[in-house]
This record gives sequence, structure tokens and C-alpha cells, in this order.
Amino acid sequence: MDAEYRIEMKNMSKSFGGIHALKGVSFSVKPGEIHCLVGENGAGKSTLMKILSGAYRMDSGEIKINGKPVEITSPAQAIKQGIGIVYQEFELANDLSVAENIFMESLGKSAFVNWSKLNEEAQKVVQSIGFDINPRNNTGDLSVAYKQIVEIAKVLSKNVSILILDEPTAVLNDSEAEVMFKLLLKLKEKGVSIIYISHRLDEIFKIGDTVTTLKDGEITGVNPVSEMTVDKIIELMIGRELSDKYPKRVSNIGEECIRLEGFSGGMFRDVSFSVRKGEVLGLAGLVGSGRTEVMRALFGADKRLSGKVFYEGKQVNFPSTVKAVRGGLALIPENRKEQGLIPALNIRKNITITNLKKVTKLNIFNSKKESEVAETLSKKLRVKTESVESNVFSLSGGNQQKVVIAKWMNTDSKVVIMDEPTRGVDVGAKTEIYGLINDLATQGNAVILISSEMVELLAMCDRLLVMNQGIVKGELEKENFSEKNIMQLIVEEK
Amino acid sequence: MDRIKKIDWGYLLRNYLVVFVAIVLFIVSSQLSDVFLSTQNIFNLLRQLAPPTLIAIGMLFVIMTGGIDLSVGSVVAMASVFTAHLLMTHNLVVTIVLVLLCTAVFGAVIGYLVAYRKLAAFVVSLAGMTIASGIAFIVSRGMPQRIRNDALRSFAVDSVLGVPILVCFALAFVLIFALIHRYTTWGRIVQAIGSNETAAKLSGINTNLYTVSVYVLSSVLAGIAGIMIASRVNIGSPLAGQLMELDAIAAVVIGGASLAGGNGKVLNTLMGVWVLGMIGNIMNLMNVPSYPQDVLKGVIIILAILLQMSKKGKDINSSSMA
Repeated sequence: MDAEYRIEMKNMSKSFGGIHALKGVSFSVKPGEIHCLVGENGAGKSTLMKILSGAYRMDSGEIKINGKPVEITSPAQAIKQGIGIVYQEFELANDLSVAENIFMESLGKSAFVNWSKLNEEAQKVVQSIGFDINPRNNTGDLSVAYKQIVEIAKVLSKNVSILILDEPTAVLNDSEAEVMFKLLLKLKEKGVSIIYISHRLDEIFKIGDTVTTLKDGEITGVNPVSEMTVDKIIELMIGRELSDKYPKRVSNIGEECIRLEGFSGGMFRDVSFSVRKGEVLGLAGLVGSGRTEVMRALFGADKRLSGKVFYEGKQVNFPSTVKAVRGGLALIPENRKEQGLIPALNIRKNITITNLKKVTKLNIFNSKKESEVAETLSKKLRVKTESVESNVFSLSGGNQQKVVIAKWMNTDSKVVIMDEPTRGVDVGAKTEIYGLINDLATQGNAVILISSEMVELLAMCDRLLVMNQGIVKGELEKENFSEKNIMQLIVEEK
Repeated sequence: MDRIKKIDWGYLLRNYLVVFVAIVLFIVSSQLSDVFLSTQNIFNLLRQLAPPTLIAIGMLFVIMTGGIDLSVGSVVAMASVFTAHLLMTHNLVVTIVLVLLCTAVFGAVIGYLVAYRKLAAFVVSLAGMTIASGIAFIVSRGMPQRIRNDALRSFAVDSVLGVPILVCFALAFVLIFALIHRYTTWGRIVQAIGSNETAAKLSGINTNLYTVSVYVLSSVLAGIAGIMIASRVNIGSPLAGQLMELDAIAAVVIGGASLAGGNGKVLNTLMGVWVLGMIGNIMNLMNVPSYPQDVLKGVIIILAILLQMSKKGKDINSSSMA
């Protein structure tokens, strides 16, 4: 029983079609260890974890749990072995209550449901991880951050001894992430083995014990976190030194491009600010602070109660997304899967959809022109794909995001709003996206960047606007940039 | 470059399965009955399938946006009654224009409720179905009405180069809409809306307007089908077009389109119509009584859809990657 390792995976191999996602990977986790698993998108992290949690079958290899060989052929069996996984994509039923989601599996076990007990239990689980969510709430009404918490609570309710987290902080802001780290450390003390997948490398140093790096389906290193640095990890991940994570840009800020005055809506109140040509304005704040909602209202995606927009000094109005796009606005939405990409269309068609006029005559497509436009943008943004005729969802997360950006580079937009453009994107692609943001600004566009990663905002922006609970709490100029100043503005009473 | 020369049977089978089904059914039918292959039977069948073909094309585009239009059968009845009624006082051209105008307005109202008021397409078009049927009964006072118009009649009986006009007409529509789907922004956008309406809207597309347009198209095509039927039977009847909406949905689904929206092909829908038509035709030729025919037809629809599902399952597996 007292095996050294809680999990031992030996010589795991898995192929999809002709592509080897895993090439003889061995991976072990001790009891009470937080083991970080890092690698670029497509390196094989998710595949490895999906095998462990029963979603995929391995082609060859061996899995031992507590020293005993086991076969995991379905998610149900994985749960029986004490393996719980919190997926990157939410697997919650939006129309059910929080409590129903947490106890989904056990709901079907008896004919009648004791609702008050179910809600009580759900409340306990949620509170035990340091949050307060009404278990009767409709899950669909929760913000992404809270959905993530419900997802973790759901897995924890099953008494797991092995917890797999696939980018749990991708949708959380820094303070919410802190709460989660505390929770993970608590679980670790209880002896739970945690496998932690994240693109945010700084987190590894906060909570990790061991870090395993994967590249192209092979392990490139298993090291104690105490002996590593961010640069070393990146080197192991991408096989080369990353010269600069945040490429530099010489700001050339021009005249005012767009100005909002007195924007008010359901989630925000009296928001005013302006962005100048060539400027990158960052919107900092917690998830749910109203940043996304203000931008959606500006873009005509949501209605607002009041507020004026001035474009190059002239008052304009964007009552719909159609008008906004025509008026020179572009929005890279926070969720590329649900809001950015159209699965039935291939890469080429996804890229050209924002500007059909450019590739059509009398509404009839000029196939040659369309292919040219798509190819050019795909090459320019270095989308890793065999051809622009491929399915968008065959791409890795970072490359999907590049397609969403390509969509808007195809238009003549002058104001580019980016909502969490690097969420769930690997280090290499992140740097490329930063490069694109710089390009956009250098070309004289006004860029509005929303991000929950403060480091990213501090590195990329010329000016920061800090929002909390729907109002602008303050503005920071470049010389006052620091995480401390942002946090201070967030908590400051006004 | 060898890959281009070789025919990718897997791809063909995945995308045009229904074409193979239609061919197999055609061969089997020709073996089962001597009459099946006769020119008269084939042309009769094709003529009979002309109105369902138009309705199915309209239904395909509605389904492609993720919606459904249950009102088309009743719109056929309404159009056929209007045609008979208007021909008593107007000439054929005016009649046709007025009938199509009415159906377009009808479709626009349904489309408006679905797109702008966000009502469920199923419910709105179900209500539309009873409304159109009710109007047909009111205008005709519940009685079939004879049509005496030679021009309209010749539309149904005449041929061009040996092929009945109705058949030419239907095939022309298939060709035109296949081209529209493939080569125009409208076709692309309709598909995009069904696949991910949010993303389409956030790309600056007036999704609501396009949604309305598919319902207008569906209604107008049903209106043309109604006029065609009136010309074939020389009668305007409030009972015309009954259950045609269900046949249209079945044809679209047999043609491989997903009811969730986002995909579908005009050619495959035509094949869906032909598959259903051939099943009915061969059973008639073999003197299978009408009620067992219905049972058999239902079973075959389910089998066809199961076949579609199984190939789609494979599709997902082969394309899923970590």
C-alpha cells in the first residue's frame, strides 16, 4: 500500500491518425505532491491527462495507482480510482442549479431528491474551498470565474485522492487565483496528489513541488521547482531560449481616436475614457468588474442605458455590431470558442467573414482572391496549419486565437478591442500575439486590452484604467505602473 | 501530388452518402419492377417530386440556420387556394405575383418573430401552420375550387425537349440554390449563423436580417410549390400540401443536414427528396397498400438517419485531436 508514488504512468503512447501525440512518456506523482505539467499547446499534456482520467484510451503503456497496475477505460473508472479532473472547457449544465451540477452523478441514484439536504451539502463543499455561492443559483448566470469554482467543487465532492487541474486560473484574476492556491495547498496537506497544468509559469513557483516539461509528445525534463527558473522552464518547453517574452515597442501616440463619455449599463456606471491613435490602453480589474461589458456595449453587442461615443472628435453611435464594424471597431472576444470562431467554416472562411466585400463582387465570392487574402494573413500571423482549408478546431488554442485576430486584421478597423487575447495560449504563441498587438499600435490603431494577467498589462500597455464593480477607480500612467498600485486602486473606497 | 489523382472514397462517402443510397435504391427498384424504369413512370415521379423539391430547398436553408419551418405545408394550401381564387378575376402573371407576395409577407412575419423577437422557430411556425391553413379554408369556404386557365395548365403538362417543364423548373432551382449556397455571401452567412450565431454577430453581420430572409425564402418556395400543385391538379384546395412540411424535413435530414444547423447541401437534399419519392413509387408499383407504406417509409427514414449518424461519429473520431 505504501508505494512511493500515487500514480506511475510508464511508456505512454497515443496517436491520432498519423500524429503521435505521446511518444513513450513516463510520468509519476507522489502522494501530497503538487506536480506541474507544462508544455506548449499540442505538446501532449491534455492527452496524457485525458488518458489518466479515462477520456482517451492509450495505445500502449502502463498505469499504476498506489503501486498496483490498473486499467482505466472510462471516466467512471477513473473516478473509482480516486482520479478527478477539472477540464479547461466547462462541463457544466448551464440550466441547472449550482447544487445540481456539483452532485450531478449522484442525482440519479434515488428516485427522489432531498433538495434542502442537497443544497446544504453543496454549500458546504463550496464553502470548504473558500467561496460563497448560493447553491440554488442557476449555473448559467454565474461569471466564468465562479463557474470554474463550481467545476472544482464538483470534482472535490467525489473525495478524490488525485486531482488534475487543466489551466484552472485561465479565467480567474489574481486575487481569485490566490484563493485557489490556498485551497490547493490545503488539499496537498491532506495528502491529495495534484497535477497542475498551466501556462502561467509564475504560478508554478508559488505552489509547485515538481515540474515536468513536455515538448512534442516527449518529456524534456522532470525537475524540483526549487532548482528551476522561468527561463529554464521555457527553454525546456520550446527547445530554445525565448529572447523576450514581451517584445518592446516604441510608442508613437497621436491624436485622440475614440472617446467614451458617461457609459452606463447593467454592469457598469458612468464610464468615461479615451484612447489615442497608436496607444495601447489596458483595462485592469477583477473578473466581473464590468470591463468586458463596457466593451460589448461600445461594440453594439449589448444595449446600454446612456453614454456617448466620439470617433476622431465626432459623435458617432454604434447601435449594432454591424454599425460598429463599419465604423472601424474590432472586437476579439473573451471566449474564442463560443464567440470568436465558426466551427462549420474552415480557416479561410473564418478569416474573411468580417470583410466579405473585400473578397466578393456583387456578393459572389472570388475564390482566388479569398484564398490569397486568407493565405497572406495566415502566413503573416504564422498560424500553424497545413492549409487554410483545414477545420479551425483542428488548430491548437494559440493558433485558433491567431485566426480570430486574423479576422480583424482583414478589416480596416482603427480601434481594436482585445478581451483576454492570450487566455489559454502557450508561451510561444503569447509572444507572437504580443508582437501583433505592438504591430497594431505602431500602425496607428487604438488598442484596448483587457486582461486578468497584471504582468501582461504592465508590460504591454501605455496607460491603464482600473475598474471595479462597474466603475472606473482610477488611471495609471506608465511611470506609476505596478501591481501594487493596481490593487490599491481596486480596493480603494471611492 | 499522388493524393489528388486518387479518388478519396472516404470523403465522398462521408459527404455524399445519400447519393449512394439513391443510386442503390434506383438499381433495386429497377429490379423489383419492370414499370419503374419506363420513361412515363420516371417523368411522372419527377413531376410529382417537383413541388417537394422546392419546399425541401427552402427547409434546408431554414434548418441550416438552426431553425425549422412547420408552416410550409399550409402555405402550399394557402397558395393553391389563392391561385384559384385570384385567377377568377386576374390574369396568370398578376395572380402569380400576388400569391408570391402574400407568401413572402407571411414568411417575413414568421422570420421577424424568430429573429428579432427571439421566439422559438418550432412554436412560431407551428402557429403559422394553423394560421395559413385557416386562411386557406376561409378563402375557399372549405371547398376545392376548379381552375380554368390554359396557360397554367400547360405549365404542368408541357415539355421542353421531352422533359416536363415542372421537372426542368425544379432542377433549375436546385442548381441555382446549390450555386447560391456555394458561391454567395448569403449562403456563407446562413451557414455561419447556424454554426455559431454569436460569433457571426460579433463579426459584424446583421444576423437577424439573414434569419428573416431564410423564412421568406422558405415561404416563397412553398408558394411556388402551391402554384405548381394547383397547375397539376387544376384545383385550388385547402387540403393541398398536407404533411409536406414533414416530408421536407425528412428529405433534408436524409440528405445529411444536422437539425442543429450549420451544415447541409442542396444536392444532398434533392437526393433526400428522390429517396423518399422512389420508396413511395416502388411500393405503389408493387401494390403495397397505403398504411403499411407509411410504416415502411418511417422505418426507412430512421435507417437513413442512423446511417448518417454512424458516419458522423467516425468523422468526429478521426478529426479529434488533443
